[in-house]
Amino acid sequence: MRIAILALQGAFEEHKQMLERLGVESVLIRNLHDWHQPFGGLILPGGESTAMMRVMKDEALFEPIRKAIIDGLPVFGTCAGMILLDDQHLGCMDITVKRNAYGRQLGSFQTIYNIKGIGDVPMVFIRAPYIERCGEGVEVLSTLDGHVVAARQQNMLACSFHPELTEDTRIHEYWLSTINGKH
Amino acid sequence: MEDRTQLNRNLAQMLKGGVIMDVTTPEQARIAEAAGACAVMALERIPADIRAAGGVSRMSDPKMIKGIQEAVTIPVMAKCRIGHFAEAQILEAIEIDYIDESEVLSPADDIYHIDKRKFKVPFVCGAKDLGEALRRINEGATMIRTKGEPGTGDIIQAVRHMRMMQSEIRRLVSMSEDELYEAAKQLRVPYELVQYVHENGKLPVVNFAAGGVATPADAALMMQLGAEGVFVGSGIFKSGDPAKRAQAIVKAVTNYNNPKILAELSEDLGEAMVGINEQEIELLMAERGK
Repeated sequence: MRIAILALQGAFEEHKQMLERLGVESVLIRNLHDWHQPFGGLILPGGESTAMMRVMKDEALFEPIRKAIIDGLPVFGTCAGMILLDDQHLGCMDITVKRNAYGRQLGSFQTIYNIKGIGDVPMVFIRAPYIERCGEGVEVLSTLDGHVVAARQQNMLACSFHPELTEDTRIHEYWLSTINGKH
Repeated sequence: MEDRTQLNRNLAQMLKGGVIMDVTTPEQARIAEAAGACAVMALERIPADIRAAGGVSRMSDPKMIKGIQEAVTIPVMAKCRIGHFAEAQILEAIEIDYIDESEVLSPADDIYHIDKRKFKVPFVCGAKDLGEALRRINEGATMIRTKGEPGTGDIIQAVRHMRMMQSEIRRLVSMSEDELYEAAKQLRVPYELVQYVHENGKLPVVNFAAGGVATPADAALMMQLGAEGVFVGSGIFKSGDPAKRAQAIVKAVTNYNNPKILAELSEDLGEAMVGINEQEIELLMAERGK
């Protein structure tokens, strides 16, 4: 299986390395031409969501990505990627995300915490968002200090933090297993 | 558990593949954000104007920086003078996202850089070569940029610095392990940093290009030479159509390897900043702080 990684801006290389470690082939999406390749899942990486939105629209990627996810393409969004999935951006997941929810860089932190179905994992929050509203079809996977930081809805998985910045591959493995229908 | 250095290096990773733009007003900051900037650098005068005005150039008024912090949601950076740790403390107090200990301002100390490990906020520093980059990292910088020659609109110095860094990195990679001790001595940095570069073929922190970027082609050139993102100072707001040029440079950094897209977005950008050639300038800012 081949996984596409949106590579308009941000930490897409880190996701690529994570997939390499798991022996999964990946392809970087920088423009509409890249989009027209076969792949079985999409990662929306961390970075700046405003920058990604700008380039996504300019490169005419916004609509094709939105449509593919609504049609069932498995997607995994981390940090800015989670923001892109919410009802204010791509409008795919029935969630509302609060940007910069922990404040500026001085509010960035790391911790170890539980994710339902996976266990305790290291979580790195960089100027991170959290989910402030979850719709009915959304399954909450992790709530840290009263705020939802990981959730799942059908073909979509999203988290506030950056598993790609750690050595722990379990969240990526979990997502890949959902594509293969094991969860 | 809390490892600020790691968190601060991580923030730089999130900026990769992006453009950081110099802005002097909230209005410019909003234009930069809308154009797709991944961060802005708040300063009172852009380098071209600092160069033209002469005199001592200092940290910007915190009130002006706060105005920009309120105007945008992307990270806001600001500059302090080389060695001026009190200015850095002030910037930390207003919760700046990144401090640029910058040669663009007049240096406050001609021997010592700031001990950046004492701070919780991250620092980016300029470098002309690998030794400078590793010395700044050893002092606690969590992001590096080429110095280039700010405010000139001339890319030659940034190219020179990036090429120098990359060739020195390749040299370290090809060394045998017993040669690394001597390399560390020559570079005046701890062995562990040299060993990291030897094993990984890159700096332990993100490395951007800065100084003299004026066109989408300049940005693409720096990315192809190994930069992980680009700072644009005077190049945007000294040009004829800042919003359009800013957007074009953002797209050029994403598709730096695609000449067809670069050709399209280089069209019809209006006038680029006039610029000055390196032979015509009297003040070499890149020579500040080694």
